[in-house]
Amino acid sequence: MNNKEKQSFLSKPAVQSTLAALLCIVIGLLVGYVALLIINPKGATEAIITILKNYFTYPSPKAAMKYLGNTLVKAAPLLMCALSIQFCYQAGLFNIGAAGQYVAGAGAALYCALALNLPWPICLIAAFVAGGVFGIIVGLLKSYLNVNEVISGIMLNWIGLYSVNMLLSGVKETASPYTVQLASTNPGALLPSLGMEKLFSNNKYVTIAIPLAVIIAIVLKVILSKTVFGYEIRATGIAKDAARYSGMKEKKNVIITLFIGGALAGLGAAFLFLSGYEQWSVTQSSVPSMGFNGIAATFLGGLDPIGTIFASYFIQHITSGGSYLDKNVYPSQISDFISAIIIYLCGFVLFFKLHLNSYLRARNEREKQKPIAKANKEEGGKN
Amino acid sequence: MVLLLQYTLLFASVLILVALGGCFSEHSGVINLGLEGIMVIGALGGALTLKYIDPSTPKALILLAVLAASIVCGVLYSVLLAVACINLKADQTLVGTALNMLAAAAATVIVKSINMAENPDNVSSTVQYMATKKALVKNIGSFQFNWFMLVALIMLILAYIILYKTRFGLRLMACGEHPQAADSVGINVYKMRWAGVLISGMLAGIGGIVYITAGVSEWKFEVGVAGFGFLALAVMIFGQWKPINIGLAALLFGFFRALSNVYSGFDFLAALNIPGSVYNMMPYIISLIVLAFTSSNSRAPKAEGIPYDKGSR
Repeated sequence: MNNKEKQSFLSKPAVQSTLAALLCIVIGLLVGYVALLIINPKGATEAIITILKNYFTYPSPKAAMKYLGNTLVKAAPLLMCALSIQFCYQAGLFNIGAAGQYVAGAGAALYCALALNLPWPICLIAAFVAGGVFGIIVGLLKSYLNVNEVISGIMLNWIGLYSVNMLLSGVKETASPYTVQLASTNPGALLPSLGMEKLFSNNKYVTIAIPLAVIIAIVLKVILSKTVFGYEIRATGIAKDAARYSGMKEKKNVIITLFIGGALAGLGAAFLFLSGYEQWSVTQSSVPSMGFNGIAATFLGGLDPIGTIFASYFIQHITSGGSYLDKNVYPSQISDFISAIIIYLCGFVLFFKLHLNSYLRARNEREKQKPIAKANKEEGGKN
Repeated sequence: MVLLLQYTLLFASVLILVALGGCFSEHSGVINLGLEGIMVIGALGGALTLKYIDPSTPKALILLAVLAASIVCGVLYSVLLAVACINLKADQTLVGTALNMLAAAAATVIVKSINMAENPDNVSSTVQYMATKKALVKNIGSFQFNWFMLVALIMLILAYIILYKTRFGLRLMACGEHPQAADSVGINVYKMRWAGVLISGMLAGIGGIVYITAGVSEWKFEVGVAGFGFLALAVMIFGQWKPINIGLAALLFGFFRALSNVYSGFDFLAALNIPGSVYNMMPYIISLIVLAFTSSNSRAPKAEGIPYDKGSR
């Protein structure tokens, strides 16, 4: 009896996803630890603990709370990028262009805030639309001209980066390549915090962006699992031709999916840049890694919006933790390295699940066979 | 003008090498989106060789050593893709992307640790190879000939011969078109796909070192290779998976990429006063347009992207 319960527990998809994610994390951390050992064996153990501790490095709980706030401020846009990729993946689309849609959102939000002096709700909408437009381009190319969404996405990442650099060079500080401070230029564009900063030792960067991102994740979960639209998207992802045969407009669905995906990533950028935590550097020559880390978060989260919330937090946790390393001994990119290993391992999750399931099935069969064999034997004895 | 020609040929060489890599991999049935990452690792191997080799070594030897290091690094790194995509049947898009991120992170970590070990205050991710880089080039008048241009040309011809004139090449392509049929006549599909991926690792590895030694004599590994692996894929699609067409497509893309390096040298272009960002964007915009026109009736190998499973039909 006990055995049977354990079986059904192990064969639950959610349990399997969690198990697989934990396995990926453990192996990823181990590989990261080995890398640290190779760089400098003396402080490696301490270094990996520093990465895992992140803000707990601070002795006073007050300071720890404050830096937990900082991690959350960056986890919110990461979650949005992850959700963008996740949503598109449900329709069978690999939205690597999330990075570019994020850049477009950042450009739109900052331009509206700094050049046009608009209040924050408008800036959010602008970011939403800008990201969405970048997504739509990919969607149109994909559904009407059969362009691989990964390649067009990458091309748009670079086009977006250079465009935004051009767009924002009008609102940068004279002495540095960074855009001017939001707080001094247009405080009305800062996202409101609704008193949440008090919870995080007056960390003024903690805004409604964080709960908003979590709410959006939950809404997406509901859309995907409970609505007709969500069903159509998943059907398109699993079998495109079958979806078309049963009357779903798969081209329209692809375009809408990429619009929503792009809009989510764009909104994510607004969540970060409208908190005033970071400024855009108009001379940056590489696409921000937020969109790519989103890939890690979404696959680690088992392609589920709720799982993605935790995964995004974890990825941001170790990324922030990497910045506490002794900069003269270990490069902080070791966190990126660990994240990348984790994504690579996520490629094996399907394989892992397949084998776990076939193992469980085989065990189940054996269990069933046993009493029959026993009965047969007894019967044989009688004759 | 000479400079424009020189950079066009250089960037075209990079694109030819990497696109041919993609071509071999896709003809065998595996979509290699990790080309970008393989380029970075190949570049890292070559750059470190340039850094540590004695500048008084004969030039030909330096060239060969760099080439060998890039090839070895590229091939070893592509093993990660082959294991995951061929044997473990992982999602090829996901693994390719993971390899790109892993390469960027790993290269930065490795270079930074080397720099820090030499000098604790040097936390940059830059590798310098001023002295030894001269071995790679030969000045003919004002034109700086790079030996890698020759390598690319040789590879292009070899690729054509191998793919269309040898038993190996034809079998390789069969595995990308209809692996079940190939298997039924006794071709080992897994082996062929491994070969395809490893060849792509070799070519992308060389492409990486050519890219980072084009014009500059130091490289910051945090930057990676700026989407060149993906540009090469666009070249490959534009070239319809055929070596000769790929060569021509690479020249076109190389020209636009070269323009962003040298546009300020042309009076009439400088007079237009277009921001540098526009020239930087050019190759990516062109490739989007080109893809839009060439993708709808593509000659992509039929079975690419689908893991081969002996048991399924």
